Parts: sequence; structure tokens; C-alpha cells
Amino acid sequence: MKATLILENGSVFCGTSMGCAADCICEMVFNTSMAGYQEILTDPSYAGQGVVMTYPLIGNYGVNSEDNESRRPWASAMIVRRLSPRGSNFRCEGTLDEYLKEHGITGICGVDTRAITRLLRDQGTMNGMITTEETPDLEQKLKLIRDYRVRGTVEETTRSRVEVYPGDGPRVALLDLGVKENMIRSLHRRGCEVTVFPAHTPAKVILEGGFDGVMLSNGPGDPADNVEIIGEVKKLYDADIPVFAVCLGHQLMALATGAVTEKLKYGHRGGNHPVRDMAEGRVYITSQNHGYVVKAESVDPAVAEISHVNVNDGTVEGLRYRNGRVFTVQFHPEASPGPRDTGYLFDRFIENMKGAKGHA
Amino acid sequence: MPKNPDIKKVLVIGSGPIIIGQAAEFDYAGTQACRALREEGVEVVLVNSNPATIMTDRDIADHVYIEPLNTASVTQIIEMERPDSILPTLGGQTGLNLAMALAEDGTLERYGVRLLGTSAESIRKAEDRQGFKDTMERIGQPCVTSKVVECVEDAMDFAAEIGLPVIVRPAYTLGGTGGGIAGTRAELHEIASGGIRLSRVGQVLIERCISGWKEIEYEVIRDSAGNVITVCNMENVDPVGVHTGDSIVVAPSQTLADREYQMLRSAALDIISALEIEGGCNVQFALNPDSFEYAVIEVNPRVSRSSALASKATGYPIAKVAAKIALGYTLDEIPNSVTGKTSACFEPALDYCVVKIPKWPFDKFVHASRKLGTQMKATGEVMAIDNTFEGALMKAVRSLEQHVNSLNLDSLKTLPDGEIRERLNRIDDQRLFVMAEALRRGLSPEEIHAVTKVDLWFLDRFLNIVEMENRIASEPLGCELLREAKAMGFTDEFIGQLTGRTHFAVKALRDELGIRASFKMVDTCAAEFDAATPYYYSTYDEVSEAEGADVPKKVLVLGSGPIRIGQGIEFDFCSVHSVWSLRKLGCYTIIVNNNPETVSTDFDVADKLYFEPLTPEDVQNIVELEKPWGAVVQFGGQTAIQLTKDLSNMGVRILGTDAEGVDAAEDREKFDQILKMTGIEKAEAGTCFTAKEGKEIAGRIGYPVLVRPSYVLGGQGMQIAYNDRDIDEYMAIINMVSQEHPILVDKYLMGRELEVDAVCDGEDILIPGIMEHIERAGIHSGDSISVYPPVKIEQRHQKIVADYTRRLATALHVVGLVNIQFVIYNDKVYVIEVNPRSSRTIPYITKVTGVPIIELATRVMLGDKLKNLGYGTGLYPESPYYAVKMPVFSFSKLTDVDTALGPEMKSTGEVLGVDRDFYQALLKAFKGVGMEIPKSGSNVLLTVKDEDKPEILPIARSMEELGMELYATGGTCDYLRAHGVSCRKVGRIADGSPNILDQIESGTFDLIVNTPGHDHSHNRDGFRIRRAAAERSIPVVTAIDTAHAVIQARIMGRVKQLRAVDIAQVNGVIHRES
Repeated sequence: MKATLILENGSVFCGTSMGCAADCICEMVFNTSMAGYQEILTDPSYAGQGVVMTYPLIGNYGVNSEDNESRRPWASAMIVRRLSPRGSNFRCEGTLDEYLKEHGITGICGVDTRAITRLLRDQGTMNGMITTEETPDLEQKLKLIRDYRVRGTVEETTRSRVEVYPGDGPRVALLDLGVKENMIRSLHRRGCEVTVFPAHTPAKVILEGGFDGVMLSNGPGDPADNVEIIGEVKKLYDADIPVFAVCLGHQLMALATGAVTEKLKYGHRGGNHPVRDMAEGRVYITSQNHGYVVKAESVDPAVAEISHVNVNDGTVEGLRYRNGRVFTVQFHPEASPGPRDTGYLFDRFIENMKGAKGHA
Repeated sequence: MPKNPDIKKVLVIGSGPIIIGQAAEFDYAGTQACRALREEGVEVVLVNSNPATIMTDRDIADHVYIEPLNTASVTQIIEMERPDSILPTLGGQTGLNLAMALAEDGTLERYGVRLLGTSAESIRKAEDRQGFKDTMERIGQPCVTSKVVECVEDAMDFAAEIGLPVIVRPAYTLGGTGGGIAGTRAELHEIASGGIRLSRVGQVLIERCISGWKEIEYEVIRDSAGNVITVCNMENVDPVGVHTGDSIVVAPSQTLADREYQMLRSAALDIISALEIEGGCNVQFALNPDSFEYAVIEVNPRVSRSSALASKATGYPIAKVAAKIALGYTLDEIPNSVTGKTSACFEPALDYCVVKIPKWPFDKFVHASRKLGTQMKATGEVMAIDNTFEGALMKAVRSLEQHVNSLNLDSLKTLPDGEIRERLNRIDDQRLFVMAEALRRGLSPEEIHAVTKVDLWFLDRFLNIVEMENRIASEPLGCELLREAKAMGFTDEFIGQLTGRTHFAVKALRDELGIRASFKMVDTCAAEFDAATPYYYSTYDEVSEAEGADVPKKVLVLGSGPIRIGQGIEFDFCSVHSVWSLRKLGCYTIIVNNNPETVSTDFDVADKLYFEPLTPEDVQNIVELEKPWGAVVQFGGQTAIQLTKDLSNMGVRILGTDAEGVDAAEDREKFDQILKMTGIEKAEAGTCFTAKEGKEIAGRIGYPVLVRPSYVLGGQGMQIAYNDRDIDEYMAIINMVSQEHPILVDKYLMGRELEVDAVCDGEDILIPGIMEHIERAGIHSGDSISVYPPVKIEQRHQKIVADYTRRLATALHVVGLVNIQFVIYNDKVYVIEVNPRSSRTIPYITKVTGVPIIELATRVMLGDKLKNLGYGTGLYPESPYYAVKMPVFSFSKLTDVDTALGPEMKSTGEVLGVDRDFYQALLKAFKGVGMEIPKSGSNVLLTVKDEDKPEILPIARSMEELGMELYATGGTCDYLRAHGVSCRKVGRIADGSPNILDQIESGTFDLIVNTPGHDHSHNRDGFRIRRAAAERSIPVVTAIDTAHAVIQARIMGRVKQLRAVDIAQVNGVIHRES
């Protein structure tokens, strides 16, 4: 079936429908990872977004039940150049096309993804629509496209009930702002007992739980929209408890402590972003997925120091707070997909928790 | 960390001659590294025995030594130049081994030379089998169950323990030389004993056979601060069991989920960190296709063939970055020259698919075993880029220049289904085509996978191509179908073949439907950043990124495709120099080539690089976009020259000799007219299409005759026929590929052969030098030892040669280069052949004479006249230095190939010996090819054909006088004894053990002189003797003249100590003297 991708700037790309054939309007972003499409689809941070995969051959190894990063795919749409009709891998349980259909995710293939990526790079992230209408009314569609805004996605993606992953080590309260499973697994694998709380859990509940530390997860959307949660995060900051935050969590902690976030022209999404650890001087290749960033000049040096910087564009990739208990990063140490080079940050968090405990 | 200020003068060791397993990739790496060093103000001393390289240019290094790559000569160079540092990891295994030897014997310490980059200890840890295993065990990286052994008995014991089959891998050898899979105890005995002998340290690894696992490679880089990145990963289409150099490789990996991808990536980074590599490194893994189980197969702590491929596949300049790291920089301090915005500390993201296919020499060595295994056999490779796997694969297939434009092989079409099914079991160079044919015959991908273990994803793609063939053949050729077929890499020619149209008709249809190639950029970042790299590949997308540059004097330079026997790295030297000259002259240059190993495909050589096949259609796509002002075809070997007519038809101006001139030299009738017109003689000859006609001609002019097809390079298919039976045999081989042009039959004149390269501007010529062949005519010029300036050619003959050259060049309207071969027979000069293009001798003549031949040729092509260029006209004054060019062969890697030399070229590379004294130069050349010249006490075996017996006698006498022990077979022994030379008789093969083969096997002989008889049948004793010697790496000389040269070198060349010569200074000497 024919499908058409219409971008906010009026560009039109004709291709073939894949996955669900329903029309879909979303924010279009591109991801440069060469593998890991299933993890990307199921990463809650992509809620409300259509992901253009810059790697042209997608679906090669199919899908399986182990590589989901949450309970369902959250990306609104997927845009690929070539869809593999069959997956070839020992863990393959089905094709990407079937998987998208099953979960009602709209997709389009057979389009020039490099041309789309160049548009997004040059003109910035923009909204778009995938439709299977034979002759879509461009004017009418463009109005709908322009009106779209990613909203309420944290509420949509977070869990409704507290969940506990038992362990013998430090007890971690993890605030699910749209968490990726591997963040939980990364703590759990290191022996932590992880209690995952819905996004709107009051700080008080967490602080009364007797936890050794708090982790703020990644998540979707504009960080500044989460006014209420930011207020709770401030309380966690003020409490005497080690905090480690990633991505949206990192942004919310910055907002809670007086810094400002802004939208990047086209974001960082992929598995090859170099980040410098300012203390060590070393550079690590990281997995990234963010459209917003903490403005460096808005960070009060009395509150936090910039601990990590993106080597490509110099943007803030991490903050170490002066209180000595809180450190946050913009990139994804839990990887999945992407390089695992910064997994040691979980160890650092665990040391912080142990240190705080010993101190107390 | 910034650059270490103590590094001021660096010695760079090259990789020596091109041999199988070590090709042009190290010239690319070395050249890039030298430029990176000089960019930092470092003085570079370069040593490499290979004169055909770009790295040995005086433009690339400050001091250039074309000297043998052994510890003695490099030690001497260190003593003369006193470099403060040495860069060991850019000259392949040869350079690395040599640097390690200098570290181990204390030379580096003695002269205060520091090893840059990776430490000697780290190199040892990675290279030494046991050391490597221990390191892997320590950091928890799984290796294949294996054991290092130093004797065959231990190998047998261990195999009994882990069970057969096992893989045998010798330590410290190139391209897996001497390794193999042993399925039986007898095989193990054979392979293990060979491997132990070939290993520099007498060790082999016996390991569990994991054939059928996925083979995955990672190219990784680490700096002194511990930053680590992966440049690229690659997946072999051929599972473990085929040497990676002989595998079809795709980048990035296609069948790995992120979990496997990252698991192996992390492992590669852990390994490079544990080994404390500083620079580039290649890590090879085997991955169980049914689990997460994996094993580290091999680590190369240096740049490699794979790193060259990864550099071209991603745009990331690994060798350059490795050189900067060696100087002390960290990755984040090195700019990414592709984006111009980011640093080298990142990982390239690809938004296309890259396919590499090896180029094997089996079209030349028709009798060689085509079986592929752990011993590499390919001489070169091609790479193709597209955003579909199918497109990249089809482009790569046609880049091989094997008269194949798709996955169809004519020879398979006639085989019954059963045989196709059977052939799936055979792992050889044709397996790709066999798999496609099997799919065409209705076998399922699953059935093929069960036999070959090739991943189903790849088989699905092959099936996709086969299904498209069916659709094209059966459905109406509409816009959608045609576009889809083009996106999958179907050429107009192939679509025409499937639909009964001409390729012109398909092209016309495409033009009508607006289906044309578009071009995308290789930018290292999947379009995330706006890059400035002028590096493009074609696709069939609507959006094209390449714009035809709007500049005057836009020149298209065609490269020479994959490295193969007869067309090697020399042509890349010529193409690159032409580009540099054109740029100097204000032209905008565009290069088209498909060889990832070369300097020409480095994106900063020309103004623009199109990484594309060199076929008329692919070139036309570029021509239509760029509309070049002119094209240069004479520097890219036969690959480029054969596109001359097509380019002319596209309306592109051919710079230099035009299509007519090219044709007149190649077309026998036209050429005969030219000869008549110029009054130059050549041997009697005729042309034919069939064996019958061939035999008639031979009957007329008399045997022996030379038989060869028109328009070939490296004497492909050329043979000397002594009788009708030979003609039948050779014509059958030549006609395996249908011949458009007649086959040439020439009277074979066994005289002294000469060769000239000349620049002609249409009026005047400049001959930089005349080269004389040591071996008389009958041995291909590429396989002859060649001497510049001539030693034994009388002045009057040299004058005639110069005169003939001028007459021929002007008659053919040559503008640019011409290469002419002559033979002096019975005091008369005959012309053998004329090639109106650059030749393989250009690089070395350029270096020893100091005449910038390519630049002069390029200038005259643009209209300059020789008389204004400062180098004069006519025969250029002789250099005070002799240069002896000696061929290098790769026979030990190609089983079943006869090592006897003849008119068809067999060498893969060459070395040069340079000295003021001819014999010293000769001795250096012998040392350069690694031949131990026999001395007093050496054992020499002589076994020659009857005609050669009188000539071997004086040589044998000299050997006897020099104190060598002579051995000879029946007839030769009797003859020598009858003439008073004492020698020991050796038993014939037919005599039963112990015979000649046993003695070769046991290493009795230091040199074998064996001249082949006229019967080329494989069962001949001579063939078996030569093969046995090749497999034991015992030097075999197959021409009397070569044997004579060996002895001359021994007698005359030993007078004084060899002295290294700085070629960069030699040039200066000539300039002052002339």
C-alpha cells in the first residue's frame, strides 16, 4: 500500500506503508544508530515522535521478546528506507512489520531517509504526518501537522503502580518518567533493590521509604512541561539523599535547581556521541536521545558544575551538584541500544549510596 | 595531550613488495601517515623495497630508501639517518616484524630510537599466540580452544584431545600463510609441519574448528589517554573458515541485533585497552549464530587491510589518526577532516551499505586450486557503496572486471541441478554465483543455508536479486519496475540481456522515464552534520547531493580498479600523480575508482571522489552530472584505457592520445600499417579466431610462436606454443571468454629484450631511460629482472631504440605516455608491442632518474611542449645509479600454480635494488625479494631441459668454484659430470623414496635451478619439483639467465659492504650532473 510522508515545511515523500496503516501525526526526529530499532521503538522517550532511521536497512534481525525497553512501543511512527521482509537472528520471533501492525504503530518505508534527515538537520526538528490516503489534501493536512505538539507524554508512559525488583544491595527508589527497562536492569544487576514509582509520586512518599538513593529516569517531551514533578524533584534535592538522574531526570533536576532548558535544533539521537568527562579528561562514546538540553550559562556554579560536555557541539552532558549527593547526565549510561562504555556511572551511584550510608 | 616535542625525525618502514596478503593498503596507510607526520613538522625517513609505491616519493618523505627490508639494511639506515623514533605499525606485518626484530636485537636501544605508538611489549602480547591467549584469559575474553605447539607430535596429541577437524594457524605470518583446516590426521601432519616451518618463531596454533560461525570484525582505535572508539564493524558473508581477505565482507554488520553488536564492541574495546594499544587495531570475532557465545579469533595491533577498508567504508582516516596518536595527540585533539566540525573522537555512523569482494587471480591461473580456506589467495579487492545491499553487491561484482555484470555465471548455466546442489559444498571464489544459481533452480534459502551456513538474510537478498531477474524477464518494463531494478544495481546491459534489448534501448527508456543515478555523500555521520567531503557514491534516489562543479578545466581521471597480477599498485601511483599534476596546473580533478586499498580513493587526493565501478554505464552517470572538460585514461592501466572509446562516444574529450591512437596500437592490422609506414620490423605474425587458423599461421611462420588475445594486460592468456597441441590447448583457454578481437600469433624471437617508457607531445619525445631485461624474450616483462640503465646493450642499438620510439610515438599520434618493448635478435631490433599508456615501470624510472614522468605527460596532454619543460627531448642522460627491478611472486599461497616463468605474467609485486655498482644493485634486489644467495657450502640442485645444458655448464662451474655443493637429476648430472663438473645425482620422482621430492621436503637444497620443458602437463616431474619447492619456500630459478644473474651477484657483488642510497638525494645528484 502506498503511503506518504508530509513534513511541516511542505516536503512530501512517497513510499510504501509498513506496520499500521492509520494516519499519524507526530514530531519527526532522526536516529543514527545502525542497530537497535526495537529498543528505540520501545523507548518511552520517543512518545509522540516519529523516528527516521538513518541506517537504510532496517528489520534485518526481526524482533524478539527480550529487547523491549518498556511494555510497548512508544514511538508514534517509524520511517525507514528498506524494510527487511524477514528477520534473521537466533532470537527472532517475528518481523518488524508484524510487530508494528500488532502494536498499531504507523510506518513508511521506501523513502529517501537521507534526504529527510538533511531536511531535519538544516531546518530543525519538525512535525510530520504519514498517511495512506491516495491523494491527501496537502493544505488541510499541513494545518493539522502544524497544530501538533508533543504533550502529556510522561503521564502516558509512566507506570500506574509501584513495582519492586528485589535485591540484597542498596535500596533505590526509581522515579519512572518514562523509564527504559535497562535502567532498572542496570541497577538490579548490580544487586540493588529497585522500587519503581509512578512519575507523579510525591517526594515525601519516596523520602519516607527509607531508600539509600533516588534515580530519576529518562522520559519524553519538553522537560519544562513537568511543573509539578519539578517541584517534587526540588524536595528530593533538598533532602539528604544521593540522587542519580539521566536524560529527562537530569533536565528536571536542573530545572528544579534554577537552570533553564532549551530545545536543540535537531537533537542528539544515536549511539556515537562523544562526551568528555571533565574531571577525568577522558572521552566516552555514549548513547543519546534528547531534543532538549540544559543551557550551560543558566547553571549556577554555586549549585552545580558541568561534569560532562558533548565533544561535538559543546552542550551540557552532565552536572555534578555542589551538595556532593547529586549527579546527573544527559546521555544514557544504560545504553540499549548503543555503547555500554558509561555503565560505570551506575557503580558510581552505588558507591555514593554506600558512602552516604557509611557517613550516616 | 599535545604532540610530544621530542619527536623530530621518524623512521617509517613500509611493507615491501605486493604479495598476496599484503597489497596496496599499506601504501595507502603509509602515505597517509607520512603526510600526517610532515604536517606536524616531523622529518620523515622512509624505507621500503617497493618502488611502485607513492610513499617512496620524495614528495611524501624527506629521505627515501628503496632498500631491502631486513635488519641489516634498516640498521644501516638508522646509523646514517639517526632518527629519534620509529613508527612500526603502518607497514603491515612486514614492517611490524622488522621493527620488532630491531627492538629485540637491541638496535633501537643502541641508537636511542624510540618505538612510537604501541609498545613492543604490547605488540608481543598481541602477536605471540600464547601471550595473547594469556592476556585474553586474564580479562575474561573467550578464545577458541587452542594450543600453541612447536612440533608436529604435540599438534597431533592436542588434536586427539579436542577432536578433528582443527584449524592450524602459524604465528607471525602474513595472510595466514601456511595455515589451514585439517580434517584428517594426515592433513594435520602436512599443514602443521608447513606452518611450523613458515612461522618466524616456529610456532603454530592448533584450534577448535568453529567453521560456520559468523565472522565479525571491529576496527578500533585507542590513544595514550585511554580513549577508545570503534571506527566500524564488518560482517563476513562467508562464515568462519574462509580467510577474511578472501571473504565477501559487508559493513556495517547486517544480522546482529544491538545486543550482539554492543557485546562484541565492548569486547573489542576491552581487548585494545588491556593490550594498551596506541593507534589502530583490528579485532576479529567468531560469533555462534545460535547463541551469544563468541570467541576472539585474532587481533592485529596495527593498521591492516581491514582498516583500509574501514577507512574507505566510513570516511574515517584510520592511518592518519594512528600517526597523530603516535606523536602524542589524543583522539579529541585530532580534528575530523570529513566534517571539519567534529573531532576524531567519535564513531562513524553509516547510512549506506558497503560490500567488499576479493579479486582472485584464478582468471589468470586457470589451473590453480580455487578452494578458499584460511590461506588467503586474493591479490586485491573491490568495494562498492549503495543504500541497498543488493545494489552494493551488484556494483562490487561488476567492479571485478570479470566479464560478469550480475550474479549469473555462464559456466554454471549448463550444469545439471544435482551438480549445482553439489557445488554448494565447495567453498571457492564462485560460491556466490553458485548460491544465486541454486536459488534460480528453485532451492530455498533454507536449503542453501543448511549447506553453506551463509546467513539467511544474505541469501534472502540474493533471492531478491534472482526474483528481480525473473520479473524483468517476464513483466512489462514499467517505470516502477525499472526504478526498483536500478536501485538493486541492475545495469542497463543486464536489463537488456534479460529483455532482449540493447543497453542503448534501456538507457533511452530510462532517460524517457527520468530514471537516473543520483549521488550521495560519504560523510562519517549519516548526515547529522553538514560535511564538506567530496566523496560520493551513486544510488537511485530522487534527491542527489552531488552537484556538477561549475569550474573550467574539469578533468575526470579514471583509476585502475582492483589490484591484480599485471595491473598493480603502479597504476595507482600514476593516477595519483596525474591528479596532483592536474591540480598543480589549475584543473579541477574528479577521480573514479573502486579499490579501497589505494591512495587514489583517499577523499583528499582529488577535488572529488566517486567510489564507483569502472564500467561505461557507471562512468556515464558521472559524466552526465559533471560534464567534464576532459578525461584522462592513460594512467589507469587497461581498466581505464578500455573506456576510451566509450568516453569519446559520450562526447568527452580524451586528454592525450585519442581513441584512434589507442586502437591503432592494439588493432593488429592498423598496427602493421604503422610499422610499414615507419619502416620498423617486427616478428612475422598472423591473426586468427580458431585453433585451426592458429595452426596454419604457425605452420607458415614456424614454431615456436607466441599466442595471445588482443587488448590484454600482463600477457593474460599469452603462451609460447611449440607445437600444434599447444595451440589447441591455449586457444581453448583463451576462448573460454568469447573474443571480440582476433587472437594474435607471432613468431617467437628468443633475443635480448628492452623496454622504454617515453613521453611524447606529438612532435618530440623524451625517453627518461631504457631498461634491459636480464632474461631473454619469452618471459613476461613484468616477471623479468630489469636493469636501468642497460648494461649490455650497445650504443648503436640504444640509438635505434630511441629512434624507433620516436617514429612509433609520432606515427601513433601519442600525446602523453607510451611504453614500447623491443627485442634484439641476430643483431637486429624488432618491436614486440606498443602500449600507448603508462606502464608498470613508470614509478621506478621516475624515482631513479628524477624525471617527473607523470607530470610531464600530464603537461603535454594539456598542450605543453617537451622542449619547454626543462628536461630536454630524446634520450635523457643516464643516472649514475643502477636500478635493478626484481619480480616477487606469491606462489607459496597459490597451490597448483606452476612457478615456471613464461610469457604470461605471474608476479604480484616487485622490489628495487639501487646502487652505483650494477652488481651491488643486483645483490640488493635479490636481498629485497628475500632470496638468500647461495654461498660456499650451499646445496644447489640443477635440473634443466636439454637445450639449456650447454648454458648451465659455465654456471655450474662457477658454482663449483664458489664452493657450492651441486646436485643434479639424471640427464643434467650426466652432462655436468661428462664436462668435468662434479655433482651428486638425485633420484627421480619415479624412482621411489628417497627421491628428489623427499630431499626438497627435508630442506636439503638452498637453491633450485629448474628450467621447464615444453610440455606443460601438470604431471611432469618439473612441475612437482617446482611446487614442492614453492611450498617449502625454497628459491627456484626457472630461467638460465636468472641463474646466471644469481651467480654474478654472488661473485661480483660481494666485494664491499652494501651501502643504502637515499633516493631523494639521488634525484638531486642527477639534476646537478645533467
